[in-house]
Amino acid sequence: MLNPLSQYMPAALLGILVVLPAQAAGDPVTAPYAAELRAVDPGFSGFSTAQGQALYRGRFTGGKPDTPSCTTCHGDNPRQPGRSLTGKALAPMASTASPARYADPAKVEKWFGRNCREVLGRECTPREKGDWLSYVRGQ
Amino acid sequence: MIQRLVRPVLLLLAGVAFSLVLLNRVQAGGSHYFPPVADPLVNAECGSCHLAFSPAMLPARSWQALMGDLRNHFGDDASVDPVTAEKIRRYLVANAADARGQRQGERLLRGLAPERVPLRITELPKWVSEHRELSARSWRDPKVRSRANCTACHADAALGYYED
Ligand code: HEC
Ligand code: HEC
Ligand code: HEC
Repeated sequence: MLNPLSQYMPAALLGILVVLPAQAAGDPVTAPYAAELRAVDPGFSGFSTAQGQALYRGRFTGGKPDTPSCTTCHGDNPRQPGRSLTGKALAPMASTASPARYADPAKVEKWFGRNCREVLGRECTPREKGDWLSYVRGQ
Repeated sequence: MIQRLVRPVLLLLAGVAFSLVLLNRVQAGGSHYFPPVADPLVNAECGSCHLAFSPAMLPARSWQALMGDLRNHFGDDASVDPVTAEKIRRYLVANAADARGQRQGERLLRGLAPERVPLRITELPKWVSEHRELSARSWRDPKVRSRANCTACHADAALGYYED
């Protein structure tokens, strides 16, 4: 006679195995967003660089007319420097080109707040932030 | 006899003239110098979207007004937490154009009515007159884009120098 609990063990183990790689990858930058998602969706299986690319490159109409896209300031190529509308040079967004970026979670959140409202006219969701970071940093 | 005196006197005069030219240049250079932001916090928060403007380019009342509404900052949201905002405000006010000992700043405020609270350096009467001769085309240059992009024309603006 099997203990009812043990019937679920394989499933639980499998669950842990699926979740672990994401955490084991130990990406401290996207971890808070992954945790937020997992709290509401236990089936969350990781971020999508394709979705991140769509957000980075997309042109949107919900925000300010002079900033339709992340590329407006951060440039078409995340490995190259960008430029703000006031002419200030911005370090590249890709981690290979700017290893010092994304080290301060408060700074990351502050700029997601400002830039998503400016481009999309709304906050970015945790999934969008994770997707975007996964794409841009991996470039 | 006179002939023998002419040479040294001429040399002396040339020397005096040369020093006058030098002195003039040094003073002229001085009049273009606006101490850049020396506080790393202010540089980080106010130097991310544009050059961190020298506090010596606006009067204290202007910095007070700017710091009072960072959420609506020329169409951008430049807001920071209240503790950070207070530190920045104090730095800008203490080093403002009308703070004690800011000779360059005072010169830049010439012609500004005391009751006016300019939110832009680029609206100061003195700034406008210094830039009057620039053609409309130079402002439309894609490398310039904005009057506030001082660095496009003043390569050493970040160091505080604004000649040519
Ligand atoms: C109007 C110009 C502008 C646009 C458009 C813009 N950004 Fe930014 N972004 C900046 C500036 C300025 C900074 C801060 C300076 C820096 O870190 O180089 C920044 C920084 C960031 C950071 C923080 C990076 C770090 O080092 O911690 C993130 C994240 C970010 N932006 C995301 C976005 C996203 C997502 C979009 C598109 C939805 C976007 N940005 C569009 C100007 C812009
Ligand atoms: C999120 C981006 C952003 C941040 C952060 C920011 N600014 Fe600005 N600032 C702007 C924009 C946009 C303008 C308007 C530029 C233009 O006219 O092209 C501007 C203009 C200004 C001007 C007027 C420039 C002129 O025309 O003479 C001053 C002064 C100024 N900012 C001060 C500050 C201070 C002080 C801080 C830090 C508390 C700050 N800014 C942080 C975006 C920003
Ligand atoms: C499109 C180019 C351009 C831009 C942008 C620009 N300037 Fe100038 N500026 C000039 C020129 C040209 C002069 C005249 C140079 C001279 O007389 O030697 C000048 C003169 C000045 C002077 C007087 C220097 C002197 O000779 O006494 C100051 C101070 C100054 N600019 C500050 C600024 C500041 C601050 C900004 C940004 C808010 C700015 N400028 C933006 C082109 C520019």
